Amino acid sequence: MQNWTEVGPVESVPQKGSRVMSTPDGDVAIFRTSGDEVFALFDQCPHKKGPLSQGIVYDKRVACPLHNWVIDLSSGEATGPDEGCTRSFATKVEDGLIYISL
Amino acid sequence: MKEKLVLIGNGMAGVRTLEELLKLAPEKYDITVFGDEPYGNYNRIMLSPVLAGDKTIDQIMINDRQWYIDNGITLHAGKKITHINRVKRQLETAEGEVFDYDRLLLATGSRPFMLPLPGRDLPGVISFRDIADVNSMLETAKSYKKAVVIGGGLLGLEAANGLMIQGMEVTVVHIADVLMNQQLDKPASDLMLNELQAKGLNFLMSHETAAIEGKKRVEKVVFKNGTEIDTDLVVMAVGIRPNIELAQSAGIHCERGIVVDDTMQTFDPKVYAVGECVQHRGSTFGLVAPLFEQAKVCANHLAQMGIARYVSSITSTKLKVTGIDLFSAGNFIGDESTEDLVFKDAARHVYKKLVIQDDKLIGAVLYGDTVDGAWYFQLMRDGTDVSSIRENMLFGQHHIGDSGHGATNSVDGLPDDAEICGCNGVCKGDIVKAISKHSLFTLDEVKAHTKASASCGSCTGLVEQLLASTLGSDFNDTPSKKAMCGCTSMSHGEVKNAIKEQGLKTISDLMLALDWKNPDGCHSCRPALNYYLLSTWPDYQDDPQSRFINERVHANIQKDGTYSVVPRIWGGVTNANELRAIADISDKYKVPTVKITGGQRIDLLGVKKDDLPKMWADLSEAGFVSGHAYGKSLRTVKTCVGSEWCRFGTQDSTGLGIKVEKMTWGSWTPHKFKIAVSGCPRNCAEATIKDFGIVCVDSGYELHVGGNGGIKVRATDFLCKVATEEEAMEYCAAFMQLYREDAHYLERTAPWIERVGLKSVQAKVVEDHDNRKKLAQRFYESQEKSQDDPWAEHAAKQRENYIPIKQVG
Repeated sequence: MQNWTEVGPVESVPQKGSRVMSTPDGDVAIFRTSGDEVFALFDQCPHKKGPLSQGIVYDKRVACPLHNWVIDLSSGEATGPDEGCTRSFATKVEDGLIYISL
Repeated sequence: MKEKLVLIGNGMAGVRTLEELLKLAPEKYDITVFGDEPYGNYNRIMLSPVLAGDKTIDQIMINDRQWYIDNGITLHAGKKITHINRVKRQLETAEGEVFDYDRLLLATGSRPFMLPLPGRDLPGVISFRDIADVNSMLETAKSYKKAVVIGGGLLGLEAANGLMIQGMEVTVVHIADVLMNQQLDKPASDLMLNELQAKGLNFLMSHETAAIEGKKRVEKVVFKNGTEIDTDLVVMAVGIRPNIELAQSAGIHCERGIVVDDTMQTFDPKVYAVGECVQHRGSTFGLVAPLFEQAKVCANHLAQMGIARYVSSITSTKLKVTGIDLFSAGNFIGDESTEDLVFKDAARHVYKKLVIQDDKLIGAVLYGDTVDGAWYFQLMRDGTDVSSIRENMLFGQHHIGDSGHGATNSVDGLPDDAEICGCNGVCKGDIVKAISKHSLFTLDEVKAHTKASASCGSCTGLVEQLLASTLGSDFNDTPSKKAMCGCTSMSHGEVKNAIKEQGLKTISDLMLALDWKNPDGCHSCRPALNYYLLSTWPDYQDDPQSRFINERVHANIQKDGTYSVVPRIWGGVTNANELRAIADISDKYKVPTVKITGGQRIDLLGVKKDDLPKMWADLSEAGFVSGHAYGKSLRTVKTCVGSEWCRFGTQDSTGLGIKVEKMTWGSWTPHKFKIAVSGCPRNCAEATIKDFGIVCVDSGYELHVGGNGGIKVRATDFLCKVATEEEAMEYCAAFMQLYREDAHYLERTAPWIERVGLKSVQAKVVEDHDNRKKLAQRFYESQEKSQDDPWAEHAAKQRENYIPIKQVG
């Protein structure tokens, strides 16, 4: 059984953008793509812990604002020759509300 | 069922096409490869080091047999296709086996041209093309002594050098009096000749071979002038010819090569061709880089993406022949309409020649010191007006001074732990290892794998040298034009023109109209497109999601994810009240570091994102606006105290600086833009390393443009002198507007002016009075909308973007 936490309405996250959700373990970045898909990653780049929530989002990827590592939103894996992975969380959207499984 | 793709020719171009195809559409085809040689895919460029004993065959394999298995590719190594039946879409092997195809890719390569001389079939007469040739040379070197290499081109010299290292006594025979006449002129060739003779090679220049003679095997070579030379081995290296027989026998249109269009398609739409076997717009190919470009284009079409075109244009060649660095590009011979700049230092074995026509660089030959090849090539490609740099340009770009790696301009002598990229801490050894391990061929690949030259780019020349020296003889720094990013093949200039000509008003319209490969673009093109649209259409709605974070939240992100806040302090002049307010606000938000910046402002570092809007509200109340220290925009106007206090001051530089800052603040520019106003020629505000600098003199105002500190310090060019403050301000507005409209995104004024030439800027801003007024007018108009303080606005209306969407726990 997954334990779903309500995050908020989809529209409160900008398309091709992100908002953070703060948790006792640190921030979680909630992303919304141009196709309205929602993803959640621990808000730290595997490279130098840059806040991924502040990066530029395209397709299902985000470019870290510190050194432009590109992280896959669904897996949390760094793309291309860079290697590293950040924790990802399951999300779902129901009745216009985002839910996350922490 | 998957379509069947068959590749004939297991060489570099064909297999590279497959690699590119697998990246784009891994599941699309059922792939089969036929290769004549009984090996996987190897790096033909590296045959010379194998001959010289520096590498083994295993070390030059790019894809071993396992690679084919891993990618589900069927490899028939050593099987020769003898017939193509295009009607049935079938292939036949020499043994009579038959294979079907849906799409066929021909990469049959080329073969050495054998001079039609008597005796050319004698044992001991070979070419230098494949592993078999190398083995045969190595064998011969064990039991025989003398070798003759016919052909003083790149391949011939490599072969001669290898044979000499294997212990043979080698003579190179060349028909012309210039070695490598495709790449060198006479003086460079003479230097090379001397250097190679000193190493022990013998040369017979201007000798034309008449016959090869011998009984059981080759014994001597006879020349047309009647002389002859004894030898045990003849290597013919006089050029290559595309292998077109198979295509020709199948009725595919061939001239010198298999004729292809810009999509690498032959006259049969089911059949593509790449590599040395093709002829594209009249040209055939022998170097590796254009082949890789072709591979990319061909893969794009095989994947049915249908958007790439192959365009060949001026190419440069960067070679390392027997340990000697060479570079040549363009028309390096010149004629009556050109001028030469020549530098020659025979003792150091350095020769440089630049060919200039109408103030533009059109050709270059570099011998011995090639570090500036990439720079010269850039100048040629961009058609840069070089009149203002011609007195120094022979000495190279590093003459201007690069910070970060001292005066290093040659990587050969450096130890493996020498740091090449000072930004990312990448050493020579790391780069060399990555190049060999991952089979990297281009600068972009090295950037992606090692991060070297991926930040500030000042070490690009050094990295290119490493590529050249690691790859050996055939590195070629391709791209004929520089694409904006991986999402398009268009350059910045082409995209800007398309925006105007096609009336593209939004990022999504633009990406659709210009066939962007990724529907959302990427982090590199989106900010550029946003800027171009913003600077082209006054009513454009800015897209915050296409801005880098600093511009999105109007503060500078720091390494720990906090931000720095720099309030605007007009002209760097403040007072006790303002300072008190800043002190109080720093206390209130527990600002950990307060620092004076280089631009005479106060930087409050370590502010949490949640606190930004609250802090801005407080700063607004105290009368401050955003200092734009985070933006591609007007940063600061730095001033000295001027005539108000200074005993040397000639004009009110502080007052003018404040006026200029009030006029220009809030404007978006292609890159950051810095201004300074100095009150006298002592220039305490350092106006001559700013994008726009004003130096006051007794009789008026000297205006200087295009300077910067930073990676490459560049002093400004003198634009003109004006008499009044009003004129100085109008020229400033006009210059900024011209820069905004004309420069590429992320191109500072210094490289922009070097690209377009100071003269063209002077023509538009100084000499053409109407145009200056129009430029200035456009600047004023766009400023009317730009001077709302973003801090006040975000503090009032956008606070929710700065706080978490939700807090749990």
